[in-house]
Amino acid sequence: MALNAKTLPDDEFFFGHKACAGCGGSLAVRAALKVLDPNAVAALPAGCMSAVGFNFPQLSFANNAMITPFAATASVLTGIEAGLRAQGIKPDDCTVVGFAGDGGTADIGLQALSGAIDRNDDVLYICYDNEAYMNTGIQKSSLTPFGAKTTTTPAGRNAHGCLTQKKNVFEIVAAHGIPYAATASVGYLPDFLRKLERARDIRGTRFIHVIAPCPTGWGCPEADMVDVARDIVDCGLWYLAEYEGPQLSGVPGGQFKLSRNPREFASVEAYLRRQGRFRALTNDEIAQVEAGRDAKWEQIRRDWTA
Amino acid sequence: MRMKRFLSGDEAFAEGVRLARPQVISAYPITPQTVVVERLSEMVEEGQLAAEYVHVESEHSALSCAIGASATGARTFTATSSQGLLYMAECLTYAAGGRFPIVMMNANRATALPWNIYGDQRDSLALLDHGWVQAYAQDNQEALDLALMAYAVAEDPEVRTPFMVNLDGFALTHTYESVDIPAQEQADAFLPPYDGAGNRFDFANPVNIGYSAGPEFNRYFKHSAHEGMLAAAGAVERAEARFAEMFGRSYPGLIEAVDCEDADIVLVTLGSIAGLARERAAQLRAQGVKAGLVRIRYMRPFPARQIVEALAGAAAVGVLEKDVSFGAEGTVMTNVCSALQQAGNAVPVVNFVGGLGGDDITQAQMRGIFEVLEQIAAGRIAPEDCPRVGFLGVDSVADEFGNPCCEGCGDAGFVAVAGGESEGVRDGACATDAEGGR
Repeated sequence: MALNAKTLPDDEFFFGHKACAGCGGSLAVRAALKVLDPNAVAALPAGCMSAVGFNFPQLSFANNAMITPFAATASVLTGIEAGLRAQGIKPDDCTVVGFAGDGGTADIGLQALSGAIDRNDDVLYICYDNEAYMNTGIQKSSLTPFGAKTTTTPAGRNAHGCLTQKKNVFEIVAAHGIPYAATASVGYLPDFLRKLERARDIRGTRFIHVIAPCPTGWGCPEADMVDVARDIVDCGLWYLAEYEGPQLSGVPGGQFKLSRNPREFASVEAYLRRQGRFRALTNDEIAQVEAGRDAKWEQIRRDWTA
Repeated sequence: MRMKRFLSGDEAFAEGVRLARPQVISAYPITPQTVVVERLSEMVEEGQLAAEYVHVESEHSALSCAIGASATGARTFTATSSQGLLYMAECLTYAAGGRFPIVMMNANRATALPWNIYGDQRDSLALLDHGWVQAYAQDNQEALDLALMAYAVAEDPEVRTPFMVNLDGFALTHTYESVDIPAQEQADAFLPPYDGAGNRFDFANPVNIGYSAGPEFNRYFKHSAHEGMLAAAGAVERAEARFAEMFGRSYPGLIEAVDCEDADIVLVTLGSIAGLARERAAQLRAQGVKAGLVRIRYMRPFPARQIVEALAGAAAVGVLEKDVSFGAEGTVMTNVCSALQQAGNAVPVVNFVGGLGGDDITQAQMRGIFEVLEQIAAGRIAPEDCPRVGFLGVDSVADEFGNPCCEGCGDAGFVAVAGGESEGVRDGACATDAEGGR
């Protein structure tokens, strides 16, 4: 059954936490756990969601859940899944799921994630991407986009923020031949829910990379969080897509599919200018960001199924 | 079926792990641990062991995978050495604080730089404060037996603390000895399945495990971990008593004290080098010298009371270890001296640092070590004139006393004087050492 806002269960599995107002990450976790059934077992490394959700004695997960070492989301997931299976106590509807931030995934956790995909462990890894180390106070990660001001990429006379491009984790993951990977945004919730359902029902390693804006770190009003999460998709700086591995797609090497192929893009400039973190960008730099978007979409439209 | 086999320490330990029936094994290779994970993979492949064998991509993942598995109530095993242990160090505190009774074998090996694959104890002793029970095996039989007892202690409801069994790299891991392998039925009777009660996921009543605890609560968790570690002392005794009853082999608790009751001089050490120390102490006894040996079997929980009792009558004590904390002294030395100081025992203690990076501790050096203690006990060397810490083969006072070194060439006619020039042969030139020695 396709889930939507009407059919999404009322049950809550992540509540009573102390996330900031307008937190995209907590919305991603809340929505995911609604889709994944009560028997989901969650593992979270250091990061926003563990910092706001696991404060003894106020523990915010209604399902089985644990904290992991920062670099170890995927390897702890592997251990949980193997432990349950080895004892013959894994319920049929149990998804072993990890929620790690952008730094926890693309930086310190990438090695363990690669290991889990290599073994094709039966786990679902969700990266909630707020584009910087927000829990420690907005420091650059490898998923921080070009031009974003963080507390370690200050905007000054030399640099106007982050000088590197966002690492392409989705395609790095896909290059392993993973059974299923997807990108999503909390601004397009039905698309995210659909991908969660798909991922839930596939065996082997699954990966979802969901954009989850952080009003505190991005410099936008809390009430705008969902709008911004739509904007980043509409202006083409993020794309909604799926990768189906060779087995699922029947295609050697697997298949990339666009979930959304905008006829025309909304304004990149408007997307950037509504956020404090991009305030120092010049018009030239914005044109550079636009050119990067166009180049990426040229490749996507050439190589991926629309 | 119970049987005798000729096995290396790694192989013997793998047999012990097989008998303990871990349900999840996470494995990453590092010399000189590799043979353990190789044998275990073969046992799983051949159906002798029903375990999920996970090929992790690093030591950090090896231990974190074990943590995840333990959180489901599974019995888990991993093994490492040296840099691998240091690489997973962060996870050691997670395992300890989470009270996950994981058992890990560590092949004691030097730490880089310089890069060196051979044995010393600087890896595990550097992590003494990470909340794991630490045992040090003397021989391969003890290694195998510790594999079983480690689970019994770690899983004890009063303990619930991870357990690291240390085997000297190469000296044990790659050296072959005759080992008695218990029958599986006996092992099963000794070690019932782990139930994980109170510290595992529960689908009927979901739990959050391994949360954060702020300043107002943190101390209670740390105090509880401390209490759990202290309780391991009693659990070791209980496990050894049951072990002796079941298998007919008995172990002496946290330390092994040899001839300490009336000893004037006692050497404290740990691991496989205790064999050579035992031999020398026995020779001295035969010559009428009241020499004793304390072999530390457990560094955590630290056997302070037992060590103080064993050293109560000594006039000079040596601590021999394959470790040093730069700028201070060996970590075993620090721990032993702390225990003595708390007991008000001001016996002179000399630290012998040796065997670093696989360096041999020779018979000559062992003779020198005991000779230094004799000289101090007899008042021929004033304790304040004897350097507190020395490196064997570099600047240890024992080097000057180690010659002449052979039974034939003159223990009885010992002539060296502290600080003076030694007569006789140096290391390597000694006929007894060359003929076989250790």
